[in-house]
Amino acid sequence: MDFITQPWAWYVAGPMIAVILLLMNYFGRGFGVSTNLETFCTIGGAGKASDYFKKDWKAQTWSLLFVVGIIVGGYISARYLMTAEAIALNPKTVSELAALGFENAGQSYVPSEIFSTENIFSLKGFAILIGAGFMVGFGSRYAGGCTSGHAITGLSSLQLPSLLAVIGFFAGGLIMTWFLIPLLF
Amino acid sequence: MKNVKFLVIGVLFGIILSKSEVVSWYRIYEMFKFQSFHMFGIIGSAVVISMVFMQLFKNGRIKNFKGENIITKEKKKGLIRTVVGGTIFGLGWALAGACPGPMFVLVGHGITAILIVILGATIGAFVYGLLSNKLPN
Repeated sequence: MDFITQPWAWYVAGPMIAVILLLMNYFGRGFGVSTNLETFCTIGGAGKASDYFKKDWKAQTWSLLFVVGIIVGGYISARYLMTAEAIALNPKTVSELAALGFENAGQSYVPSEIFSTENIFSLKGFAILIGAGFMVGFGSRYAGGCTSGHAITGLSSLQLPSLLAVIGFFAGGLIMTWFLIPLLF
Repeated sequence: MKNVKFLVIGVLFGIILSKSEVVSWYRIYEMFKFQSFHMFGIIGSAVVISMVFMQLFKNGRIKNFKGENIITKEKKKGLIRTVVGGTIFGLGWALAGACPGPMFVLVGHGITAILIVILGATIGAFVYGLLSNKLPN
């Protein structure tokens, strides 16, 4: 049982993610998450605004169920499979974050400075949450995939567009982490 | 019913992302600060082992459940689309500390505020759809 409740090391998680890719392909589908965001739009009636969304969303049922599964997997983990232990972050990360005003880094999975429920009701907090989401959604669809579709599937099948996209992912991430987060907090 | 297997695979994926702390905002921050090998190890080993699977798909050693060859979809080409789209994605990834998979995991963790992030991501996908034939490739 120790293995289940302890955090999993990279050399356990990485290969298991590759097994997810294997299973999806074995069952005749690709490994990817962000296409579901477009399916949400189609279900919400976006086909009235643009032909781009005029698709048969029922053909995406398998992918929507994959997302439902991800939520359930998160619930099972949080409810039954986790220890109360802090995340073993680099102490340097913890002290740098403290200097930015993020207290208790690693004591929970996400910082209350961004994800507390009060933040939903403050202008700045809401803008950060919705803005971050907007960039993820817009960027992944423009680039043609997210971490699963580009970084894992695309890189492993040696596709140049995915290499370019992953370079972009890191460029954007570095700009945000090194320059913008210190301005925002 | 035949799609239930994808729900099961999703559950497994959600557990992996939780147990390896990939869904933690702090792990993403630490990665972009190059202060830990953890995330690089996960993404790197997933890619390397997937490469082996891709090779086995390509030469037909692994076939799908119907016994057909597995063909990987080709990604849309375009320098601007991938680099600019990718950079915008990266900005959001580092701020939210979550890419689309982990966002849904965090719903399961009971993080209410992540629903606003998912709403933003859906609006982002909607705006992309509206502009898709006007944006450069």
